[in-house]
Amino acid sequence: MSVATDRRTDLKYRVGLNLRAVVGRSYPRIVGANREPSWIFFEAFLPLLGIAAYVFIYQFFGLQATAAILGNPPMCGDHVCASVAEQNQYLAAVNANTNALIASVVLGGTMVAFWLNVLWSMASQLYWEKEIGNLQLYMMAPMNRMALLGGMAVGGMVMTSMRAVSTLVAGIFVFGVIFQVANPLLLLAVFFATLIALYGLGMMFASLYLLWGREAWNLSALMEEPIFFSSGFYFPLGGLFRIPGWGPAVAIAGSFIPASIGLDALRQLTLGSTAFGGSLWIFNVTTELEILVGMAVLFLILARYCLAYLETLAKREGKLTSRHQ
Amino acid sequence: MSYAVETRDLTRVFSGKKKRWWRRKPTPDEEESLGPVTALDGVSLQIREGELFGLLGPNGAGKTTLIKILATLLLPTSGQALVAGHDVTKDPFPIRQRINMVSGGETSGYGLLTARENIWMFSQFYGVPSKVSKARIDELMHIFGLWDKRDAKVRMLSTGQRQKMNMIRGFVTGPDILFLDEPTLGLDVNAARVIREYVMNWVRGQAGKTVLLTSHYMAEADQMCDRIAIIDKGRILACDTPANLKRMIRTETTFQLEVDTIRDTTSFMGLQGVKNFSHKDDISKNRSHLTFILEDEGPVAEILSSITSQGAKVHSLQKSEPTLEDVFISMVGRGLD
Repeated sequence: MSVATDRRTDLKYRVGLNLRAVVGRSYPRIVGANREPSWIFFEAFLPLLGIAAYVFIYQFFGLQATAAILGNPPMCGDHVCASVAEQNQYLAAVNANTNALIASVVLGGTMVAFWLNVLWSMASQLYWEKEIGNLQLYMMAPMNRMALLGGMAVGGMVMTSMRAVSTLVAGIFVFGVIFQVANPLLLLAVFFATLIALYGLGMMFASLYLLWGREAWNLSALMEEPIFFSSGFYFPLGGLFRIPGWGPAVAIAGSFIPASIGLDALRQLTLGSTAFGGSLWIFNVTTELEILVGMAVLFLILARYCLAYLETLAKREGKLTSRHQ
Repeated sequence: MSYAVETRDLTRVFSGKKKRWWRRKPTPDEEESLGPVTALDGVSLQIREGELFGLLGPNGAGKTTLIKILATLLLPTSGQALVAGHDVTKDPFPIRQRINMVSGGETSGYGLLTARENIWMFSQFYGVPSKVSKARIDELMHIFGLWDKRDAKVRMLSTGQRQKMNMIRGFVTGPDILFLDEPTLGLDVNAARVIREYVMNWVRGQAGKTVLLTSHYMAEADQMCDRIAIIDKGRILACDTPANLKRMIRTETTFQLEVDTIRDTTSFMGLQGVKNFSHKDDISKNRSHLTFILEDEGPVAEILSSITSQGAKVHSLQKSEPTLEDVFISMVGRGLD
């Protein structure tokens, strides 16, 4: 007869165990990462410089268009303005479009923070955890593996939200962007659906990276810049659809990243669906929210099964425990 | 009799690195080292509940592989391993609730967190309520002499302090079975002593606690373990109490010699009556330390003659009672170093 401690296995215990695990794993990201004030420089100031380049280009285009409208003769598009009223109408449109483009860049900049976090701190995290010796301790613990990934995701979201908010606030004050939010609840729903889908994708990648090991690092690098472009982080993605030939193909490929659809919906909700003449959006907001929810569910399920399958595979091949094996 | 750990004909083969088109073509030597490796070869063991069990073996003997299978981190290729009565392959959850593992030289945790926060974080993965966890951490930090460093960031801790933190991580979850893989590796005498004493008190002071310890330090294993298994090349060569193991070679004679550094040691094995020997050089003193396991005292004269014929001087010659190291040399054919 064993005298070892009896252990609980009931549902209440398991829920409590996994919630504690989520809190425990998110703690280093939320508390630890903000322990060094240098993050303000690296996480808030430097990204602002990154988006500033795009803002200045759009401002330059806006100024050129304005100069043409106010020039001699005043040009309204491809013809000379017929009246002052038409001239004013074109000026207002140029101002609105310039603001919408700059606002798109600022929103894209906030989403870039989340995408980079998903790529470098979610997808490749299990690989790094293995390198420093944490992974085997995680995998030996009784918590559900999704709690581990969930903790990483929650911690990443909270940590990155600070960077994203600072980028957003700086964008509003420094670049004078104007947002018009008509439906804040829908905006929150889209935002959270985007984050859950995005981090679900990160969870799925984390499992795959565990198996690929060092090669996964190259994959992250490969996915960084091309996805900035194909997902429309710095311009409305619908614009790509209007480029004949390769444009739609690249835009469709980029749309598999939840940030693309999420960003499109967020832009519609903060700039108005009539911005850019209403012609640069992919779908309407409701459809995009449905797609995002679908993606979130799909990626979470795939992450769950990928991790279970790849954990078994890694245990069989001896890749789970030691970098030498 | 209930066993905390039981393995039956456990085998683990690592299949080696797969060839990939993007990888450099390995040289013939590399090709050989990339092939399959049998880390465990039919290991059958029973570790009783409440036992402090030692596993001794040279590097690559299969000690860590065995612990990792028992810790549900690695699947066996064949055979069966039961921990707390549960199969490691089919039923890992109840095992994970009851075990923990600490390895020597471990660098786990996050450098930005404090020692206390790191241990607390790991305790959350076992569902230990925060209040309970923090109280246990404080108590263990006092015992391990780490209280002064409780709020120091992990990256600021010394190797010894870090290992004490790892040990606390192992105990804080209240395991029934603890796997200690070279827990005192690289530690100073005091830190190692604190850890050894706590582990022994932990097992013997309460019912139902079991430790599986691997160690490079024979004296440590001799002092701590109720029973010891000697493992080499994935096979268990012997398994008994330290006293019984030593008794096994009592019929043999152990001689230790300190001589000027000698180069040729191959001739010793050819001498009649030499069962085994180990050889360690102390380069700073230009000396060699030789340990011979002999069937009787007969070959001593020939050994001395072989040494002096190489121009080396014999500084000391000592006949000793068998130690665990002698048992190890007798069975494995070489020392641990």
